Amino acid sequence: MDFGKLFELVVSASLVNNYVFTMFLGLCIFFGVSKKMETAMGMSVTFTAVMMISAALSWMVFKFIMVPLNIEFLMIIVFIGIVAGLVQGSDTIMRKVSPDLYYKLGIYLALISTNCIILAVPLSNVGNKYGFVESIAYALGSGIGFSLALIIMASIREKLELANVPRYFRGLPMAFVVTGLIALAFTGFSGLITL
Amino acid sequence: MYDILSLAGDVIDALRLFDVTQFIVPHVGVGGEIEAKPATEIDMSKLLRGSLIFLAGMGTFFGLVLAAAAKKFAVKVDPRVEQVLDCLAHAHCGACGYAGCEQYAEAVVKDPNVSPSLCTPAGAKAAEKVALITGKKAEVKEPIFARIMCQGGRDKAVKKYKYEGVVDCRAAVLAGGGDKSCIYGCLGYGTCVRVCPFGALSMGPDELPVVDLTKCTGCRKCEAACPKRVIEVLPASKRVIVACHSKDKGGETRKHCQVGCIACNICAKVCPFDAPKVESNLSKIDLDKCRVCGLCAVKCPTKAIADFITHRAKAVITEKCVGCHTCAKVCPVEAPSGEQKKRHSIDTNKCIGCGICTARCPVQAIDGTFNAAEVFRLAAEKKKKAAA
Repeated sequence: MDFGKLFELVVSASLVNNYVFTMFLGLCIFFGVSKKMETAMGMSVTFTAVMMISAALSWMVFKFIMVPLNIEFLMIIVFIGIVAGLVQGSDTIMRKVSPDLYYKLGIYLALISTNCIILAVPLSNVGNKYGFVESIAYALGSGIGFSLALIIMASIREKLELANVPRYFRGLPMAFVVTGLIALAFTGFSGLITL
Repeated sequence: MYDILSLAGDVIDALRLFDVTQFIVPHVGVGGEIEAKPATEIDMSKLLRGSLIFLAGMGTFFGLVLAAAAKKFAVKVDPRVEQVLDCLAHAHCGACGYAGCEQYAEAVVKDPNVSPSLCTPAGAKAAEKVALITGKKAEVKEPIFARIMCQGGRDKAVKKYKYEGVVDCRAAVLAGGGDKSCIYGCLGYGTCVRVCPFGALSMGPDELPVVDLTKCTGCRKCEAACPKRVIEVLPASKRVIVACHSKDKGGETRKHCQVGCIACNICAKVCPFDAPKVESNLSKIDLDKCRVCGLCAVKCPTKAIADFITHRAKAVITEKCVGCHTCAKVCPVEAPSGEQKKRHSIDTNKCIGCGICTARCPVQAIDGTFNAAEVFRLAAEKKKKAAA
């Protein structure tokens, strides 16, 4: 396994092709959860974990079941099903096994199942014909990228609470403006890695 | 008819020319690189069977696994916790002293020593419901409201410099204790408005917060957030308060603000119930003694005492009046008038409903004030005793 290639994949997924700032996916959670640093951190950890597990699972389902059966065209439905089932299952199990973790992170699980990044990652794994390890690396990279976006946004918005923002820009409009500016900054990473 | 047929033929011809397969479909979006197979190779019935079986199988598999997980990992939750949770205000304000509504619901169900009436935002009705669910006794609690203990708005209080920083009291107070000359006064940058989870506070036109009593639940969030500690949460019935926290000497307070308490002691002198007391240059009304008659608010020379009762029941002199003129002598606002030994009358414009005359009238001829019923009852008891 080429470790350098995997590292490139992680960097590319987290910075160069950051899902939030270059592809503008998953914005609902991004704006909803980035109000406080604490929730942003919780969401980041949960999100990355769920993303990696769902990427691995959907890769296996795609490779060993869907390709032999010639039903690749069903992948959107199937991947949504896998993610939803996984999230529901981990919700149930986590509640019993570690209630502390559940109260810290479990509340974000329901939000995750409807996120578009979590669906986009398995789909692009298939599209780019990644292998198993590469898929997980890509999921990890995307998770890190999303966490990065959340944490940057949360730290800015916590400061923004105190700033004297013009009346009509208060709240969500200002958050969109800030997102646009960060997205501009992220274009600086483009061309850093060409896979 | 022919026209339409020929037109349709033309359209079909045009569509034949427009052969889709000759274009390379670009990879749009994610997952675009599925290789299409020539139509002849695909066995439709097999494909349909495969996909149906797979989808149904996946659905059944997830259904079974999730059902099994739900059974195996079932967490026993006391159903009363959910019921209690439904009664609470869901503001997560922390007025009960717990981290959130769930934690309080759990504590009140499990711990017999936790009172069911701790959720002030939800009010007395919710407390009763919680008490019913948990089998405890609800304490009857008077609702409490946030009161702003400062009336020194834009025109009334002096500012010592022009503040142009972050618009927040917590930031303003860092700059030399804020821009107001009075170090006890409300800064008016709306921190309390922002922390209020119920939207009960808003900034008034004179840069002072205004409490919307229909929304205020007495959760004390604003009280904790105010860097000047100018908000107090007080029982709803105590509607006459010294709305000033200035402990400066009288002259000093006067320089800073037109409506500050100058510790002149007039309120303490006029009060028929001995409620106000001046301590360290600030009058404080003893809420247990105060009967909200509003006399001190009328007599206060700087109007530092706020009276939230807009309409008081005014005194009325009944036919029992013997014309002794006592009421005219005791009245602090000179409302009663009349000739000796004739029925007196009260000027309703002057009367403030303080009830002093009702209490002093030797024949209980004055009715209508807040204390009339009590005074009449005491007098009747006295008569009974005297007769016995």
